[in-house]
Amino acid sequence: MTGGPTLRAVLRRCVPHPAISVLLVGVWLGLNNDFGAGTVLMGVVLGLVVPQLVSGLWPAPPRILSWHKLFAYIALVLWDIVVANLAVARLVLFRPVAQMRMHWIAVPLDLHAPEAIAVFAATITLTPGTVSCDLSADGRWLLVHCLDAADAGEAAIGLKSRYEDRLKEIFG
Amino acid sequence: MNLFAEILVSGFVVLGATFALVGSWGLLRLPHLMARLHAPTKATTLGVGSVLLGSMVFFLAAGDGLSMHELLIVLFLFLTAPVSASFLAKAYLRRHPDEAVLPRPGAGGWMTFVDEVGDPNERPAPPSPREPSGSSQD
Repeated sequence: MTGGPTLRAVLRRCVPHPAISVLLVGVWLGLNNDFGAGTVLMGVVLGLVVPQLVSGLWPAPPRILSWHKLFAYIALVLWDIVVANLAVARLVLFRPVAQMRMHWIAVPLDLHAPEAIAVFAATITLTPGTVSCDLSADGRWLLVHCLDAADAGEAAIGLKSRYEDRLKEIFG
Repeated sequence: MNLFAEILVSGFVVLGATFALVGSWGLLRLPHLMARLHAPTKATTLGVGSVLLGSMVFFLAAGDGLSMHELLIVLFLFLTAPVSASFLAKAYLRRHPDEAVLPRPGAGGWMTFVDEVGDPNERPAPPSPREPSGSSQD
């Protein structure tokens, strides 16, 4: 078992961000729209070289605790985008502007990793009806603008329980 | 291309165009910048998404194989749309520096209003306040 840890160390040195490497290969194949051996080889080269070049800029990437839950989260967000789109379309078309209950809400954050907070903020913006606008100076609160919410506190609790709890399980 | 694929493609394109139209209508109808910001985020997600789905089905049915470009467009849009929306919102907060309408975040302030984090003495004087965000016309 003497070779085990060193092999791991070498792998870690060569592939500092495995997920980024896989993503780069996928993006390269997609951009070329071609799955020939040459394209795959070039993609693998990019996937190995680019993370090396940028690893100094991103020294401590977060560990994904559960890929299964990450993909479930992406599916949930896509579904929510469709549902919320319909809700906001109805709002824009039929609700008088004066009856829209627009709110600024402050969402307290339990997440710590900047990457996790970024994903949470991006999710809030992508689901129509809410836009994340700002972070508090201490990084513990997120400022969100709601197009129509009955109650500011309930909206914040809804966002937290629907997205942040799942992100906590993914990023830890 | 068979009839079923044609109907499917037309369905996706019309659905996407409808949502783009609703997004643009919202841009016209909503009263101020923060409310208007909600409309374009909608058009980029479902509107563009269903047009791209239609495009994928079209190239599949036309026999050109599975096209990956559409998936990449969706990926890049989903990465960039929240960033631009956040920048627009921050610019709005800068131009309407009335912190009173915003909820208080615990002890500190919001990032946009704090120029040098950890150095409160270096803050420039805030510009003169304008109308509160809830009722102003931009």
